[in-house]
Amino acid sequence: MATLPVDELHITKVFGPHLSASVRGSTLDEPERLVKTHCCFCGQQCGIQLKVRQNEVIGFEPREDFPFNRGMLCPKGVKRYLQGSHQDRLTRAFRRDPSADGGFSPLPYDEAIAVVGREIGRLQEKYGNAAVGVLGGASLTTEKTYLLGKFARTCLKTPFIDYNGRLCMVSAGAANKKAFGIDRTTSPWSDMVGTDVIWVAGSNVAECSPITTNYIWQAREFGARVIVQDPRITPVARTCDLYLPVRPGRDAALFAGVLAIMIDEGWIDRDFIDRHTVGFEQVAEYCREWPLARTAELTGVPPRSIERAAELWGTAKSSFFFHARGIEHHSNGVQNSLGTINLVLASGRIGKPKSGYGTIVGQANGQGGREHGQKCDQLPGWRDISNPEHRKYVASVWGVDEKDLPGPGVDAYELFRKIDRGEIKGLIAICFNPKVSLPDNQFVTRALEKLEFFVAIDFFLSDTARHADIVLPGSLQEEDEGTVTQVEGRVIKINKAVDCPGEARQDWRIIQDVARALGRPKGFTFEAPREIFEELRRASKGGVADYSGITYEKIERQNGVFWPCYDADPRTGEPTPDHAGTPRLFEPGSYNPVAKGSGPFYFPDGKARFNVAEYRPAVDDVSDDYPLFLTTGRVVSQFLSGTQTRRIGPLVKQYPEPRLEMHPRLAEKLGIADGEWATCETRRGAITVRAMVVTTIRPDTVFVPYHWGGEKSVNRLTVAAQDPISKIPQYKVCGCRVRRADGPPEYAAVLEPQQ
Amino acid sequence: MSVPAHLEFFVDPGRCIGCQACVQACSECDTHRGDSMIHLEYVDRARSVQTVPVVCMHCDRPTCAEVCPADAIKRTADGVVQSARKPRCIACGNCVMACPFGVPELKLDRQIMMKCDMCYDRTSVGKKPMCATVCPSQALFFGTREQMHALRPQSMPTNEFQFGAQTIRTRVNVMVPRRAGTAPLVDVTAAMNAEPTPRTVRLRVVGPGTSGAPVAGDGDPFAAVEI
Repeated sequence: MATLPVDELHITKVFGPHLSASVRGSTLDEPERLVKTHCCFCGQQCGIQLKVRQNEVIGFEPREDFPFNRGMLCPKGVKRYLQGSHQDRLTRAFRRDPSADGGFSPLPYDEAIAVVGREIGRLQEKYGNAAVGVLGGASLTTEKTYLLGKFARTCLKTPFIDYNGRLCMVSAGAANKKAFGIDRTTSPWSDMVGTDVIWVAGSNVAECSPITTNYIWQAREFGARVIVQDPRITPVARTCDLYLPVRPGRDAALFAGVLAIMIDEGWIDRDFIDRHTVGFEQVAEYCREWPLARTAELTGVPPRSIERAAELWGTAKSSFFFHARGIEHHSNGVQNSLGTINLVLASGRIGKPKSGYGTIVGQANGQGGREHGQKCDQLPGWRDISNPEHRKYVASVWGVDEKDLPGPGVDAYELFRKIDRGEIKGLIAICFNPKVSLPDNQFVTRALEKLEFFVAIDFFLSDTARHADIVLPGSLQEEDEGTVTQVEGRVIKINKAVDCPGEARQDWRIIQDVARALGRPKGFTFEAPREIFEELRRASKGGVADYSGITYEKIERQNGVFWPCYDADPRTGEPTPDHAGTPRLFEPGSYNPVAKGSGPFYFPDGKARFNVAEYRPAVDDVSDDYPLFLTTGRVVSQFLSGTQTRRIGPLVKQYPEPRLEMHPRLAEKLGIADGEWATCETRRGAITVRAMVVTTIRPDTVFVPYHWGGEKSVNRLTVAAQDPISKIPQYKVCGCRVRRADGPPEYAAVLEPQQ
Repeated sequence: MSVPAHLEFFVDPGRCIGCQACVQACSECDTHRGDSMIHLEYVDRARSVQTVPVVCMHCDRPTCAEVCPADAIKRTADGVVQSARKPRCIACGNCVMACPFGVPELKLDRQIMMKCDMCYDRTSVGKKPMCATVCPSQALFFGTREQMHALRPQSMPTNEFQFGAQTIRTRVNVMVPRRAGTAPLVDVTAAMNAEPTPRTVRLRVVGPGTSGAPVAGDGDPFAAVEI
């Protein structure tokens, strides 16, 4: 029974989002101690120190000893401490109760766990193990993601686990796997300073990964040319050397067109291609289909800019290529990512100082969260759940029979389709707010309502948790310890600052409590995150994402450890307790356990793969009925579905509500002035928000940020089309139409900005 | 306790991304908790994403102090212009109107003027100001002139500004494009008339070799887009 117990407004009144005060405590409150840790938000994972007094986080101090950010923070990092001691914090377990104020009544934690055990057990007995699904998230520590994957496979014995990285990292991950055999950015960011050219494709760096701006601009100070490919003039585009104003959804064509010029002009590294890659000829043949005029016509990028991009990239001596969700959030996301990799491989500039390639991860643990088994097709160590050898190894670590391990499950969106079809009846969700974050999210809401039993583990009652039968009070990042792997592939340590309040518990304890309540505690008797990490080290050993040589102590000592890090030399088996990790991948002469010395890439022949990166039109592209491109993204002061940041007063004040960005030429045509209400409509639905009229966006494109729920959620409009390989949703393009609203929407009179 | 002379504040508006990390961090200060002393504005959001952070420039001869009828604003020997002294400030607002950079703010509820004091509680004990520590693009930088020279070879600091007939020298520097010849001067009055384009916003830097010729990317990159 997962319909809302009472209407949304009544739930909001009790459970929020309410706004925190703008600061905490008085100026006389001296902290008792400073805890060195990292920010809880994005994949940059900036070092930060939390001020703690009487089991409360009362402020922050910059952390200048962490080499990645050296004290730098974005506004989210500065104000992140305000999520603690928040009036909306769940400090008790709750059960759905339409008669209760706010729709939920508290119950003792143990009782709630007993209900979960009983209900999950009942569903599995009645409908089979696979009738229960699990959803995880990439903001969890790696320990938790590992435990969650193990829990789904060995305790619930269901194949159906997936995570919100499905909305985030999977296109890049799948492309990396196809091209390199390993899925990690190639180089530490410090390598960027001193490079010749940086190409940023589909990444609003200044707002989504602010610290990276300093690296790019420091490189620029030392002579790097910066190319930015984006339909909007974002802050990094403002001062770039070449701006490529690409039409949404045409990225693969642009990459093919650029590579075609590079091949014609001889701006490629033939020697590198011959010695270290396979598949170039097929790619070259495909690129011939993209002469300059056709590329320019389709992509909307002027021919001279395409030529200039080819020249800048083709003739550079060193380079970095970055991309992010702008080219990955597409039904053609893997192809787009492969297109960038083809440009990198053709240049031969990889695996050396000052030259690299990477995707800028979005979530705190976007990297680590995709390596150790909460992904539907994966086992720890970036192993493949369909590979018999991999299954056998992980089963042996877990002490279970390989035959009892379920096979691959389905992606997070497909999991909701299964719920909709009645195949999945029960759901356990943590760290995932699909009611806001998935495309066409009114479908997601309808699916949630069909669940027979839904348990959410959460620290605030998220939009999705409002549908739960039982809500278990989990932990904030600062209430637990563990590791995450940040954007560079550096494994770092999150340190505990305060205890969980009230009956709230650390998430890994809750998962183990559920296992116990189900009567299947075997393998879920860890006493501390460190113990989970020790098992993860063994489970990942021999996999591509090998963490065997990483210890909490080594992380502290080195300020992070880049994986792979081996506890034994993969060549000789000799113990290597001092292995420092692998900051840079694919260096000439480097050894990896897949290639076994035959080359630097992670395939048996040691060679990287060119893949034909084909342009395919977007699903629900612009049409006569829906003539404008709708694209979505973030703003700097909010994070993901806003469960945390919509509760932090100063961050809400900075950018209170979603706005529809449009060019003045479009605004004039539509008769809409800046600040007026505008209605944006797609085949899925319509939302009405205020217009923001700016010259910094393509005139044929509109943009709305996605951090809000309900009537303000742009994901009511986005299309649930997915990439055939990665299953990432196509958030970044669909056809829409826009008109001046007749007046303010109904919600304007009742909803606060944060709702 | 004073701010060492070799440590200077540099503002590089060309690097500002408008994220407000400085504003949010400033409001955490123990001496003005909840209020930010930094002004961060879009130059003209309709036309550009360019933003400009404004901290107190700490003038050699502070206009705010000169116009204060109560002698409430003091410049310490290390060149830092302190916020108004509570026992003296009469909240008349003279300083607010007189400051050429628009820095001081009148807090009517508290009947006092408040402004940036370069995080005197931090800088006078050897730390960096909070804003310059957190700034993710280092548009705000605190360090030595030598460090800045090494980090920003394409620009140079200036601390001389023209407002109409008034020339002002400040302890805080602004980074301007590097040119041959003598140290440049920023003509703020002239810059007020410039219209930003989507890609570039230029300071009016007066001095040898500083013509206002257009640079690549000045034009409208969307001129050919049909709707």
